[in-house]
Formats: sequence, structure tokens, C-alpha cells
Amino acid sequence: MQKSTLTYDQSHLVLKPAARRRTGKKILRNWQLYILLAPAFLSIFIFSYIPMYGVQIAFKNFIPVDGISGSAWVGFAHFERFFNSYYFWDLLWNTLSISLYGLAIGFPLPIILALAFNEVKDGMFKRTVQTVTYAPHFISMVVMAGMIITFLSPSSGMIVHLIEALGFHAPDFLTDPRWFKTVYVLSDVWQGTGWGTIIYLAALTGVDPGLHEAAILDGASRLQRIRYINIPAILPTITILLILNMGSLLGVGFEKILLLQNPLNMESSDVISTFVYRSGLLDAQYSFSTAVGLFNSVVNALLLVMVNQIVRRTSENSLW
Amino acid sequence: MITAIRETRRDRIFLAFNYLFLALALLIVAYPVIYMISASVSSPKFVASGEMWLWPKGITLEGYERVFRDPRIWSGYGNTILYTVVGTMVNLAVTLPAAYALSRRDLSGRNLFMAFFMVTMFFSGGLVPTYLLVKGLGLVNSMWALILPGATSIWNLIVCRTYFQTAIPKELQEAAEMDGCSDFRLFFYIILPLSTSIIAVMALFYGVGHWNNYFSAMIYLSNDAKYPLQLILRQILVLQEMSSQTGAFDSSTASALNSRAEVAALVKYAVIIVSTLPVIAVYPFLQRYFVQGVMIGSVKG
Repeated sequence: MQKSTLTYDQSHLVLKPAARRRTGKKILRNWQLYILLAPAFLSIFIFSYIPMYGVQIAFKNFIPVDGISGSAWVGFAHFERFFNSYYFWDLLWNTLSISLYGLAIGFPLPIILALAFNEVKDGMFKRTVQTVTYAPHFISMVVMAGMIITFLSPSSGMIVHLIEALGFHAPDFLTDPRWFKTVYVLSDVWQGTGWGTIIYLAALTGVDPGLHEAAILDGASRLQRIRYINIPAILPTITILLILNMGSLLGVGFEKILLLQNPLNMESSDVISTFVYRSGLLDAQYSFSTAVGLFNSVVNALLLVMVNQIVRRTSENSLW
Repeated sequence: MITAIRETRRDRIFLAFNYLFLALALLIVAYPVIYMISASVSSPKFVASGEMWLWPKGITLEGYERVFRDPRIWSGYGNTILYTVVGTMVNLAVTLPAAYALSRRDLSGRNLFMAFFMVTMFFSGGLVPTYLLVKGLGLVNSMWALILPGATSIWNLIVCRTYFQTAIPKELQEAAEMDGCSDFRLFFYIILPLSTSIIAVMALFYGVGHWNNYFSAMIYLSNDAKYPLQLILRQILVLQEMSSQTGAFDSSTASALNSRAEVAALVKYAVIIVSTLPVIAVYPFLQRYFVQGVMIGSVKG
């Protein structure tokens, strides 16, 4: 399908006069469709493309009264300042380690849970577990942060009580920098694992039941059928999601980090995006923080292309 | 259907473990929620000491009374409802027509338009240039700063376009054209009434987004009276600020409640329940639509 529309589009490039006239006529006949498209086009143009033009302030010394085009060029000065700053490696390490930690734990769990759901017959039990595990997806970031802070409160938190009831000494989860990443990743797992199964369950419904019947006749156990039928069936979905996740390794969701950050855990909780927020919007260092943000998105794009290339070499399931 | 054959011993053991695993998942997700509901109506003394661990103990509605006495909660609730309703309507008015236009194969330049939209999924100007633009447009401290920049979500646009492509038969459009029906009439009188399920999915996705959004409100709004509920929650839950209403002691309750910290904890549980209840309460009834939305998205995604 993708292919046919592509060749169709290339016919424009040849530009025979007759073909050009036909396209012109088609545009005229469908003018109402362009009106339907216009609001979305405009909103994306204004709020996504104009900021892309504004990215040039990363190479300038932006002064609000002079405007974007009136400010003086400074080349890579802001980037150099960032790379040479003492916090550069800390920020990079925190951003990467939180992402990889989250990926290592948060990526396989929805797959395992989806495979487990798939083995259970439809009924009350399955429906209940699904409804309950999907629900935390709808809890807002602020409430989630509030829950984390309350549950981990050293004097009265539920989780602290639980750990102490088991006979252990609970660490200071919120203020000890060594615990920040674990708290962040595990709370993400709690909130997102159930919802994450949906996409795999959709892929699993596409498995041909005939395969399972044949495998049962051959005496395959459930575990073997998962290993040799179900997992290969969802492998394309797994690959695509993995590529997309790799592409956002430096794009840690900063909304939750911002809420959980405090001066005591800063050394392990400060990531590139929270730094951009602080230096850009709180300290009004517009050009400098734009440069830091640009560095972040360039690395993200490079990672995405790189991982996609590697996957394309080794299997046929790549993004493009 | 395929389990008509008797399970082998090996498989029965596997299934037992499987049920155990799912039950564990259920417990891990459900327990904190039940705990919070119980804690919100229990005496904070028992909650703090750990004596209340599942069912309410020393029942009190003090937390809820304080939450409802706080004017910030009311204004936050009102603002959030306003932003959610207006915002979702703008989202739908922008997304649905565009998705339909993009689903039409006879739209010239369709692939160019798709590329125009898709690029923004991978590249963006970033936080600061976007902020400067919103500021330059004079939208700071108005509700439009929360609504207009996110008017079109590319992900939702693609989900919606996939729906129009797969669920609406092409013959319908051809027949309508044959009868001399314009594209506007076709979209508003034929396509939209046939698409109630995707409209519901879109309204839910966008609506929950507006309801839960705190970040753009935090950077764009400076006037307390315009704060949505999530920002008020941030003050109470994260910054731990108590207003005079929620934190005040009158002599009658001072004896019942031991310390300021205990009151604060009680208010927190109550405020979490009050703010999350509307979403969690309607969710089981709408779950079908949410799941449908993710599934349509995964076909193409």
C-alpha cells in the first residue's frame, strides 16, 4: 500500500503538462478537503515549526528586545560552555542511567504480563486483573509524585512500615541519592506495566489458532508454545517499540523527576531536561538552555537512526 | 477453545504459576489504592503508626471536610473542568477533519502532508523556543496557552486517520460523490455520525491529557485564580503547603488530632482520592474505548 502511493507521488516529478493539469484539477475539485486540513496544518506550523526556526538562538546571544533575528551570532560558544562545565558528565550519566535502568526493567515486564494474560481464558478473573492493572495509567503525574512522597515518608509511609514489618531497616528513599533512580523506575513500572500490555495483546490476537492446535497435537507444552509461537508472533512489535525507546534514551520524562527532585537527591536526579527547564525558564538563560536542549534532541535523533540501522541489518522489522 | 484437550500435568503446574503471577500483579497494583482510600477516612494516628494497614480504623471524615472547605480545591476543580472541556473541543475540531482529509486517497500531496506532520514527532524546537513563542503571542497567563500549543497530537491524528481508512467503506464516498454531495456534507452528515466510537476514543485521550496536565500550567500561568487542580495538588502534595483553611486548628478538632503533620497527611490522602476519583470512576465503563484506541494505533504504529 505504502509502495503504490509512493510511485503515484513520483509521477508528479516527471511533470508532463497533461499530468500537471490533472493534478491541478484534482486540487480544485477537492478544495474542501484542504479546508478541513487547514486548522491542524496551521496549529502544527505555528506551534511546532516556528519554534524549530527559533532554535537558532542556540547559536546566538539572544536578547529579548532585539528579537531572534536581531541578536548577534556567537557560533558554538554555548555548546562549548556546556561541554566544559563541571556538571556536563553528571547530567549525561544521570539521564542515560535512568533511561537504561527504566528500559531494562520496564521494557520486558509488559511483554511477560501480556504473555501471562494470553494463557488465561476470558472471564471474571482475567477482566478484573486487566481493569485494575490498566487503571494506574490514568493517575496524574502530580498525584503519583504525591503517592510516592507519602508512601516513602520516613516516619509514617506505608512502604516504610512494610519494610520494617519484614525486619529490615528502611533507607531514606527520598533524600538518599542512591535510591532516587530505583524509586523513579519502580514507580514507573507500577504505573505503566498493565497499560503497556495492550499493544502486545493486540499482536497476540493475530496468532493463527491452527498453529497452537497443531503444536498441541505434537505434544508441545504451554511453555514451548509461548516460546515458539507467541514470542515470534509479537517480535515485530517488540522490535519497533525497542527502537522507539532507544530513540528517546536522552528524553527522560522530566515531569515526574521535577516533582520528586529535592536539594538532597539532586546529585542523582538532575537530568538534561530538568536542567534545561531550570536554566532556561527559571534563570532566563534562553540561548544557553536552548543549546543544551538542541544537543539533547540531536543525540536522540542520532540514536534512533543508529539503532534502526542496526536492526535493519539483522532483521526485517525496522521503522523505515 | 483449544483447551478442549486435557491439560498435561506439566501444563497444569505452569497454569497454576501463571494464575499466581497474575494474582500477585493484581495485589501489587490494587493494594496501594485500597490503602489510600482507607487512610483517607482513618484517624491519622493509626495511619502514621502503621496500625491501619488495610481497612479503615478510627473512622473520621475530617480530611474530606478540610479539603472541601479549601477554596483552592473548588477553583482548581472549576478551572480544570473548563480547560478540559474547551481544550478537548478544540482538539476534536482540529484533529477529526484533518484526519479525514488525510485518509482520502484522492487528496493530492497526501504524503507530503503526512511527512509535514510526522517530522514533528522526532524533532521539536524544544522547551525554550516554544515558551518564547507562546510568550510572544501574548498567551502567557491565559488558558489558551494550555490549549493551543497542543491542539493537534500527531499520534492521535494518525490513530484517527487509520480508523477512517479501515472502518469507513470507500464505496460510501463514491456513492456520495455520484449523488453530487460535497466533501463538507459528506464529512459532517455521513462520516461523523458513523464515527462515534473514534470520536469517543479521541475525546477520552485528549480529555485525560488535559485533566492530568500540570507542566504547561506551571510554566504559563502566574495567577493563582487560574490554576488548574493539578497545580493546587502540587502545592498540597509536593510542596506541602497548607492553606489557612486546610491547616487551621479550631479548638474542637485540636484535641482529636495530634499534630499538624498528622492533619497534613490526612488531607493528602483525601485530596488524592477527591482529585483522582472522577477519572478512576468512569474509567472501567470506558475501558473498551481506550483499549480500542491503542489497538487502532498499533495497527499502523
